[in-house]
Amino acid sequence: MSSPALVRQPEDSMPATALAEAGSAPAAIIRPSTPPSFATLGLRWYRLNRAGLRAAAIGVISLLAFLLVWHLLTTYRVVFFVRFTNVPSPLAVYDSFIKAIHDPKFLMHILLSCRRIFIGFSLAAIVGVPLGLIMGRFKLVHEVIFPVAEVLRPIPAIAWVPMAIMLWPTNEQSIVYITFLGSFFPILVNTLHGMSLVDPVLVRAAQCLGARERSIFREVYFPASLPHIFTGLTVGMGVAWVSLIAAEMISGQYGIGYFTWEAYSLVQYADIALGMIAIGVLGLGSSLLIRGAGQLVMPWRST
Amino acid sequence: MSEVLANSPKGHIEVKNFSLAYETIEGAVQAVTDTQIHVRPGEFVSIVGPSGCGKSTLLNAVAGFLKPTTGVVTVDGERVNGPSAERGMVFQQYSLFPWKTVRENVEFGLKMRGMPRSQRERAARTLLGLAGLEAFEKHYPEKLSGGMKQRVGIVRALATGPKVLLLDEPFGALDAQTRVIMQQILTNMWQRLKISVLFVTHDIDEAIFLSDRVYCMTARPGSIKAEIPIPLERPRQQSMMMSSEFLALRRGLMSLIREESLKAMGGEINDLGMQGLNIELHGHSLADVI
Repeated sequence: MSSPALVRQPEDSMPATALAEAGSAPAAIIRPSTPPSFATLGLRWYRLNRAGLRAAAIGVISLLAFLLVWHLLTTYRVVFFVRFTNVPSPLAVYDSFIKAIHDPKFLMHILLSCRRIFIGFSLAAIVGVPLGLIMGRFKLVHEVIFPVAEVLRPIPAIAWVPMAIMLWPTNEQSIVYITFLGSFFPILVNTLHGMSLVDPVLVRAAQCLGARERSIFREVYFPASLPHIFTGLTVGMGVAWVSLIAAEMISGQYGIGYFTWEAYSLVQYADIALGMIAIGVLGLGSSLLIRGAGQLVMPWRST
Repeated sequence: MSEVLANSPKGHIEVKNFSLAYETIEGAVQAVTDTQIHVRPGEFVSIVGPSGCGKSTLLNAVAGFLKPTTGVVTVDGERVNGPSAERGMVFQQYSLFPWKTVRENVEFGLKMRGMPRSQRERAARTLLGLAGLEAFEKHYPEKLSGGMKQRVGIVRALATGPKVLLLDEPFGALDAQTRVIMQQILTNMWQRLKISVLFVTHDIDEAIFLSDRVYCMTARPGSIKAEIPIPLERPRQQSMMMSSEFLALRRGLMSLIREESLKAMGGEINDLGMQGLNIELHGHSLADVI
């Protein structure tokens, strides 16, 4: 079996070094005999990451430009269809931010919102992903549950608020329930979609390697659906925040949505913007968390 | 490894009175009718035929993915009732699990059999070594070239020590040079493992170069039109493909298949309407052009 044909592969698009070593030793990265100086390393790192650095630089500039425009519009109280007369300036928002981070009440609003998201979203993922997998695999379950899901799905989470208040004994529970509903359907639908796209040839490949139903589920259907499951989780997280803020504004006593609405009622304009920015940052942070988890769980997808 | 390599010939495939029909809205469509084929233990047999003749259908029935409408498929006297690790299969689309590394792909069958991790890791490494792939054991399939993917596909199918290896146009997506190398690799593995191979292809050269025997199928509904023994000696060399013996076999098979292809296309062309075609061909009749 050590025929040269096995080792030599003119067709392979692998790097030449890896090729030369194939068959004898593990493919090694080219190693110079002397360790390179920090300057060369730095230069190399710069070359490899040039595109990323460029994007980061432009990103920072564009955020600064946004702040500048905001600053100018509010200092000159521009009225041009839209009225900036009462809109707080970035500096005013910064002042209230400094005040807020020393205020345990503000931190409590944020923590409570995060806790609601955590519970509601986790429940949605714990129920939605397995349900989607089972519905994708067993026709009967799909036929029974899908019509109900299709009717309930278009109802926006915010329309559930009155019903949620009736259903659940405490306000806290109804807010978590609305957050759950918001993220549940995107997670379910995307998981189902992922299941429907599983390549049947892979299932056949597993079958003729001796895999039974349970192993096929675990080793083929589940990992094959993971990219779509994570799409569902990302979308679900976004909708969870939308639903949470709506619920908090209507029926909450605490939470960042309530904070923002309360600031409006109390005519604390800077706090309105602060609340909005906090919501934006929290939403961004939670999507990044999910994306990071996705990369951890699907190493074959990262380059 | 000893388990995989040191086997005496085994895997006697028999397909008897086989037919397979699909239900459609217009009624049953006969894909394969009245077909008998067999593969003796340790034999390398190819099936060639015009596209759509049902050669893949036949192979899928041997694999256990499709149930025959009439007839039986047996391997070593046992009736085939569904897919099993006894019949390894290699697919044209490689069908490696993208979420598993090369080694994990090869280990899969052994894992399904319940072999402990360290043991199956060792077995997979040895097999990958035979295919010159041990340097890539930790790579994900996506990073590999087509030829390498298909080598992994073959090694994965062989890892569980199947009685027979079924290949469905495995090199169809590869370029010509890669294909030649892959044919060599497959021949080497087959001779070493002494298992039976049933190989579906539309490439006549490939079928002759690899096989002990070639079945030629008719156009749909497919059945066996001819059975051609390939008396070329082994080990086979690339240079043999220029020999008069090879070319004679090639000519024979070519004319058989051309006949069937024309029959199949003729049907389609009649359906489309010859008139339209004549206009496009600027007055030349279809026969002239072909």
